[in-house]
Order: sequence, then structure tokens, then C-alpha cells
Amino acid sequence: MPFIPHTDTDVEQMLGAIGASSVEALFDEIPAALRCGRLDRVPERMTEMEITRLMHERADADGRPLNFIGAGAYEHHVPAAVWEIVTRGEFYSAYTPYQAEASQGTLQVIYEFQTMMCGLTGLDVSNASLYDGATALAEALLMAVRANRKSKSHRILMPRSVSPVYRQVVHAICAAQQLKLVELDYDPATGATPEAALAEHAGSDIAAVVIPHPNFFGCFEAVDSMTDWAHANGALAVAVVNPIALALTRAPGEWGEQGVDICCGEGQPLGSPLSSGGPYFGFMTCKQALVRQLPGRIVGRTLDMDGKPGFALTLQAREQHIRRGKATSNICTNQGLLVTAATIHMSILGPVGLQQVARASMANTRKLVAALTELPGIEPVFTGAGFHEAVLRFDQPVRPLVDALGERGVIGGYALEGVYPELTNCLLVCATETKTDADIDTYVQTLAALMRPASAA
Amino acid sequence: MSDIPQDLKYAESHEWVREEGGGLVTIGISDHAQEALGDLVYVEVPDVGATVTVGDACAVVESVKAASDVYSPVDGEVVAVNEALADAPELINSEPYGEGWIMQVRLADANALDDLLDAEGYANAIADD
Amino acid sequence: MTESLIFEHSRPGRSASAQYPAGDFDVDLPAGLERTSELGLPEVSELQAVRHFTRLSQLNFSIDTHFYPLGSCTMKYNPRACNRLAMLPEFLSRHPLAPVSASQGFLACMYDLQEILKDVTGMKGVSLTPMAGAQGEFAGVAMIRAYHDARGDTGRTEILVPDAAHGTNPATATMCGYVAREIPTDDNGDVDVEALKAALGPQTAGIMLTNPSTLGVFERRISEISKLVHEAGGLLYYDGANLNAILGKVRPGDMGFDVIHMNLHKTFSTPHGGGGPGSGAVGVSERLLPYMPIPVVGKANDDSFRWLDEDDLPQSIGRLSGFMGNAGVLLRAYVYARMLGRDGMHRVAEFAALNANYLMARLEQAGFDLAFPGRRASHEFIVTLKRQHKSVGVTATDVAKRLLDHGFHAPTVYFPLLVPECLLIEPTETESKEALDAFVDAMIAIAKEAEDDIEHLRGAPYTMPVRRLDDVRAARQLDVRYQPDDQAA
Repeated sequence: MPFIPHTDTDVEQMLGAIGASSVEALFDEIPAALRCGRLDRVPERMTEMEITRLMHERADADGRPLNFIGAGAYEHHVPAAVWEIVTRGEFYSAYTPYQAEASQGTLQVIYEFQTMMCGLTGLDVSNASLYDGATALAEALLMAVRANRKSKSHRILMPRSVSPVYRQVVHAICAAQQLKLVELDYDPATGATPEAALAEHAGSDIAAVVIPHPNFFGCFEAVDSMTDWAHANGALAVAVVNPIALALTRAPGEWGEQGVDICCGEGQPLGSPLSSGGPYFGFMTCKQALVRQLPGRIVGRTLDMDGKPGFALTLQAREQHIRRGKATSNICTNQGLLVTAATIHMSILGPVGLQQVARASMANTRKLVAALTELPGIEPVFTGAGFHEAVLRFDQPVRPLVDALGERGVIGGYALEGVYPELTNCLLVCATETKTDADIDTYVQTLAALMRPASAA
Repeated sequence: MSDIPQDLKYAESHEWVREEGGGLVTIGISDHAQEALGDLVYVEVPDVGATVTVGDACAVVESVKAASDVYSPVDGEVVAVNEALADAPELINSEPYGEGWIMQVRLADANALDDLLDAEGYANAIADD
Repeated sequence: MTESLIFEHSRPGRSASAQYPAGDFDVDLPAGLERTSELGLPEVSELQAVRHFTRLSQLNFSIDTHFYPLGSCTMKYNPRACNRLAMLPEFLSRHPLAPVSASQGFLACMYDLQEILKDVTGMKGVSLTPMAGAQGEFAGVAMIRAYHDARGDTGRTEILVPDAAHGTNPATATMCGYVAREIPTDDNGDVDVEALKAALGPQTAGIMLTNPSTLGVFERRISEISKLVHEAGGLLYYDGANLNAILGKVRPGDMGFDVIHMNLHKTFSTPHGGGGPGSGAVGVSERLLPYMPIPVVGKANDDSFRWLDEDDLPQSIGRLSGFMGNAGVLLRAYVYARMLGRDGMHRVAEFAALNANYLMARLEQAGFDLAFPGRRASHEFIVTLKRQHKSVGVTATDVAKRLLDHGFHAPTVYFPLLVPECLLIEPTETESKEALDAFVDAMIAIAKEAEDDIEHLRGAPYTMPVRRLDDVRAARQLDVRYQPDDQAA
């Protein structure tokens, strides 16, 4: 019996101790009419050897194409040590650290993680993670509405340059709590949110302004003036950031006069493999004054009975297991193992490593854009400075090209027209530090062979 | 046995009310309540100027294991809150009827206190706990 | 044993230079956007990092190292094959937006998993996207709302929740814009049906139930409850926290539930990871099919696999994650399900129940009081120390902490809130009789110690890296990040 250790003798002795005639008798409180029969659609069991073969076949079918796509999930080198340690049973198979004395390893990792995220974002307090970047933004906006007691409107200014999927997730999670998303259009020349888009709302009741950094197109926004505009208009400034970009750019806690109030984002670039979209983790940091409104678990350092320092979950009265219907969020399980990976990843890379990864990714994306735009019929769309992604416009439909590239082992980018109808024939591309000049050349050559000559367009 | 001062009025939900004259009352939670909650780590007080009505959750007191609403025992307007609780929630543990007060309210109706319990009534109410 | 903070190992100028690209890169940041402050990351060698985090791991209890009978958490063995096979390089490097033509292997696993989960729960559709139990709950209640809204039935404002429920249930109801209304439990641990009848009405959107309940017993009147709620126009939500107790024995769909979530990190043995990632896949009955969160894996005309998105499910409650949820967790659950197979599914509940009822019987014989004597244990049961608390002053915390010294993780304590000084004990099916017997011996020794030397018991644990921690200090003097000039410790 897979994973069940009982011998026949064990079963017999155990039933004897219970005073039951059979294992079946243990279910005698379940009405007979409800009992289920054979599970016909569950296949017969496989041994480890057999399932290993099946999974290898399926993995091989998908292969390992060259990725030039980002759009919220980024391929970075992860040191071998990271997942070797993360998958140690002591981290992998432990529960949430409710019994602090038997969970000091997990708790200290989270405390170190909180410290690193506060450092990167320039803010005072970090939680122990949320599910992913998209849900972190949803939770950040619910938090902003709770924290901004001056605003009654629940209105959020949301640039269209924020990831379309993030905006969909925010809508799905927050609509029932009456959050109203007011969209701000981007400047079609620069790809960033123009001041005029904000100015239109001056003087109205706004709970929060979202500031993406970089935005979905890879462009940098005017983070200082957006932060100051939010504060001048009684709104909280909520940054949604790529943590790798923060290695080179000013911390959100230092944007504008006062810094942002809440910062959140997708933690995947810090040690989570692409892995089809998850598990990743969302992070969130904030100013000290807002800590009571921060959702999710928080670890604090304290002392034990002997005065020795140790770690424990703290401020738990904000959470659902105590506050129930009045909790800051319903979140319980978070993404602890990915936080462990991120903490080890950031420790091994250190400040210099993270900066080099950021620089190499920026430089590679510049190279990719330069090489692709040398092909006839491909032009950059936005003039603004960006991080490690860029939008290119083709003189022909991009979806067939993306499919054809995929069949040739190149994931060429993300076609934008489905989510931005005005960006017809536009592709969002990315080249992180993992791409070599030869990889870029492979992409360009493969694409060149597929593109229709301009004359036929 | 917890301390129940004779000169105060009480709600069954464990708040006390002291008449300060001129339609003003001071409100806090009873010694019995603070004892049941244990060491308090946070107190959320209402905004000055807020309107409260009887039975409204108007403040929250938190220990490490529980969070409890404080219900307003009266109708009126909050005119002052105990700012000291922000840094020292333990004042409610050490002096529930003194430095651990929560808020002052200007009563909407001066006769409203008649519905509250006196010390003896409150002592009986908590005897079953 | 303790370990200093990683920041205390840091020395300026040290780094693990094999791990990042060397060289000068030409980057063009806009003026004024350059970083001006330190990143706040440690500067250590690779070995220092490896040693530090390996040592930290050794400060943890885990399933791989200790019996971990944490009630309501299903801490069963996480087979290593699940991890190895989910971490094949092709799966790890697959971008979530890769074209379906380059994703058939991955999609086949997801499709198969959906089918298996439909069968074991008796539901008509499954969406794998929710990333934890609480998000599965959110998805479920959001679907209930979408269903009522689509019918123009907008006067329903309440979700009913038993008083013994997990805190996530009322918190979820609030997030979905509902008011949570509590239903009391009777003396045998069942929902008080008379109180339920009184609470039901045109304002009822639905009820959230865990069955077996958090009290460790099967809700015997579930069919009647289902009928009552449906007659009032409400829907039934099944919280799958305790699905391990009934896997292969009775299906939520057959009990009348309209929507369920499954904690794959419990029942399907994916790792808890020190607090996640989880996976809260949802299953729905026929009438909620249109509202499932997207994406879902379906089949194209040529039998190849494809994503079903807003075009296929225009009434969907929408997207709940940046991509498709915790895919790597789902792969682990899939491998586990295939290794159990059909017969293995039936055995999960059988041996979980055998272990729980055996442990319950042994502890009762040893003099411990059960919260619900005379009831069968499900996959878990509750011991209450109310009597011992009165007689010698021992608390559930004392016993929990002392168990750590005996080499056992503590059961869940002080939950459910209804039972004073309670221990909620869930052994799971993967533990041997010897492990259970050793746990009983430890409990007997601790009970004796409570009689003989309560002061010593109150000082436990003695053998952990730290002794009992000051939670009040942690909350009052908040220290949530390391600051080098910190005097806190």
C-alpha cells in the first residue's frame, strides 16, 4: 500500500484497541446512502518508476525553448544552492511556524526576508509574503482603502500601463468590497503615464494612486511626481515594482518628498523558477504607521523566558484566525517556501550580484531591440527609457509569427493586441542576463526567415 | 474578584461610564474585562468628532491571542480619546478605571444612563462568567 | 543551538561571484532615478550562505524529522518523487505564457488532475487556479455571489458559518461583501439544525461547512441541512480542510454541496513549506460551471489541450492570479494522485480514520477526556484538558510545549475555540503504529508530570533552541527587521 505502513497485524491490534470489527465500521456515522462507490475515472496506481517515465515523457514533449518573453515572469539564473537547501525536508515539510520554539529556522528566515525587503524598497515593515504579485496589488489596494481614513470614495487611480492581468485580478478580488478602479491612459509616445492624466482628477476624493515601476511595457514612470501628486491630493501612493529593477533605481520609500506609503510586487525574479506561473510569491512593505493594516503574517524578534533572543509570529490579532470576519484579509497559507528561496537567493547574490543581474538584463534587452529593429518592418513603439522589456511594432500580424517561432524553439514575446487593442501587431520582448549574443542571433535569424517581405504586406 | 467601583455605571458588554457633569462622560473597560483579555498590546480608539450609538463597536482592544470590540454604552459625540494608549496599551491592564480610560463622549441624551447597570448589577452579571 | 543573523556574517566587498555576470554593462537610467541608498542585502560567500541556511533548517521540526499530529493540517508524508518530478528542468523553465503548441505535456498533467479531482469529489467542473485554501474559499463564495447576481437575486446578504469554523470562513464572507452569521453547534458536535432553520431566509446566500467538522466528527444530518439551505434558495459551500477524512468514502458532490475547495497541500500531500505554497483548487456543481475562475484546461477539436479563458467562460468570476496559480504544486499533487491510484484513494480515509480512532482510544484508556466521547473520530479528534486545568492548573500550551521536548510536534491547540484547553490531534494515514504508541507514552508521561511537578511543566520546552517566547513583548516592542545599531536584543 503506497505510503501506508500498516501490516495486517497492526490493523488487527489497532481495531482491537478501538473495539471495532473492521476498518469499515469506523465510517458507520456516515449515512449509507451517501457512501461512494468505485472511482472509475481515477486510473490504477503507478509505481515511482512508472510515473517517473511518464513525467519525463511529458516534460520532454515541452522541451526547453529559448525564452524572450517576460510580461510578469522573468527567467533568471538561480544558484544551485538555493533549491538544494529549500527542498531540505526541514524547510520543505514543515508547517506554518505556530509553535515558535520548534520553528526557529523558518521564523528567522522570514525575519531576514523582511529585513531584505525593507532594505530593497526603503520602507519600514514587510509581511511574510502574499500569493503573487497580482494578488499583492489587490491586497495593497484593500489596505490603502482601510488606511486612508480621510477618503470615503474607495476610488483608485490605476494606470493602464499596469499589467492588464494585475488589473483583472484586482477587479476580481476587490469589486465585492466596492473598490472603484479609475483608469489613467498612457502617453502613446513615451509609454508612461502623463501628468495630465493625473491632473484631471485633482481635487476629487481618491483613496490611492498605483505607480508601476517599471510599467508593463518596461518603461519607467515619473515616480517622484506621481508620489507627490498622490500625497497632495489626499491619496496614498502604492508602488508595484520589479525587485530586480530596485537594485539600480531609487527605493520607493525615497520617491518624491515623502516616499510611497505601500510597496508591493511579484517576488518571482528573486529565486523562483518560471515553472508555468507558480508557485511565486507576492511581497508587501509599508511605512511603520500603517503596520496594523498590513495583511498576512509578520515575524518579530523577542526574548524567551531566559532573556535569550528568538523569533515568533506577531500582531496576529489582525489575522483571520483571531479577527475572523473583521480580519485585514482572509489570507492564511502564504508562499513560505518561495520566501525561503528568495532569502537564500538574495543572500548569495548580495547587492553586487543583484545589480549585475539588473545591468546585464537591461543591456541584453537593448541588444535584442537593436538587433530586431534592424530587420525591415520592426520598429520600437515607445521613446521612454525602460528596464528589461520593450514593445516592438511589426508591419504584419505577430500572432502567427509567435506561433511559428514557438514551433522552432523560440518563445518570441507576448502579443499585446489582446489586452491593448490599440497596440495592433505589437510584441513585448525581454532578454534577461540568461541570454547570450548567440541566443539573440538565433532569435533574429529564425524570425527573419519567417517574416513576410515588406513589399507583400 | 475583580474591582467594581461603586460610583460608575456599567454595560453588560463590560464597559464602564463615569459622569463628569455637563453632559460629558468618560468610558473605559472594566477590570473584569481587562483580566479576561490578558496583557493588551494594542488599542484602536475612535476619531474625535465621531458619532457613537449604543451597541456600536467603537474601539478595539487586542491581546496577543484575542481582539475584542468595545461597544459604546451611550449615544453621543466623541470629544476626546486617550492618546496615551497608542504607546501604552498596558495602561488598561494596570489602571482600567484611571489612566486606562478610552474616550470621552458628549451625551446626546442626558437621561440615557438610566438603562445601564450599577455596580451591584454588574457584579451579578459577571458572577456567571 | 542558535544561529546569528545572515547580516552579522556580512563583510563589505565579499560576494559569491560565480553566481552573476561579470563585466561592465552599458545602462542608461533616466537622470535622477539612480539608486541612492544601500540595498540592505548581506555580503557573504556562497559557503557562508549555504552553512547559515542549512543550520537554520536544523532548528525546525518537520514531517521528515518528527511526528507532526497537527489537527486540521494533515501533515502526512510528502513523497520525494512528487518534488523530483515537478522539478524536471523542462517544467521549471516553462514560461506561463508559452504557446500551447510547446505546452502539451504540462497541460496534459493539469487536465488529468482536473479529471481525477472531479471524480474524487463528485463535482462537475474543477478549476486549479486558487493558490491556497483561503483563495479557494474566496473563489467559491464569489461564485455563489455570481450565481445569485446572474439570476437577479440580489437581496441575499448573509453567509452562514458554524461557530466552530476556521477563521478564514467569516473572513472570506466579508471579502466577498457578505455578512457572516454564526450558527451554533449542539452538544454532540453537529450543527444545531433548529438554529439553522431559524437563521435561514431570503437573505441567505449560502452556508460554508467543513465536513467532517473542525470538531473532528462527521456531520450526520448533512442531507437534511443541504435540503433546508437549498429550499431557502441558498447554496452550500464545502471547505475541504478535512477532505482527507472522507477521500474515497463519501463525496462532497453526493452530499449536496454546490461548490468546494480542496487543500491539495493537505489531502494531496504537497508540502506545507513552512507556511506555503498551498493550492486551493475548486470544484463546482453543474449550475456553477459558468462561473469558475479562469484559466481552466480544456480540449480543442483535435483533442489537443488548450486554455479555456474569458472567451469560453464569459461569466467567470475572473482571474485570481497572475497566470494559472501554483502550477508546481499542482504537478506534485498530480504525481501523488497517480502513485495512489484508484485503490489508494479509498485507502487514504480508511487508514487516516484507523490511526485517529486508535490514537483516540489509547488516549481515552490512558485517562484523557475527549471533547465528544461516544463519537467516532474522523481523521482527527479533540482531547480537552478542562478537568486537569481545574485540578492542577495545567494548560494545553503546557502540554504542547512539553511534547516538543519528547520529540513530537504539538497538536493544534486552542482551536476550535468552542472547546476549552483543547488539543486537536490528527495523526494521518502515513504514520506507523509504533509512532502513535510512542506519542501515547509521551502524553502519559506529561500527564503524570502535571500531577507531580507542574512548575517544571510550565517551564517547557527545555530542549529547543529557545524556551517559551514573550509574545507580549513581540507585539508591544515591535522588532520586525534587523537594524545594525539595534539595541533590541
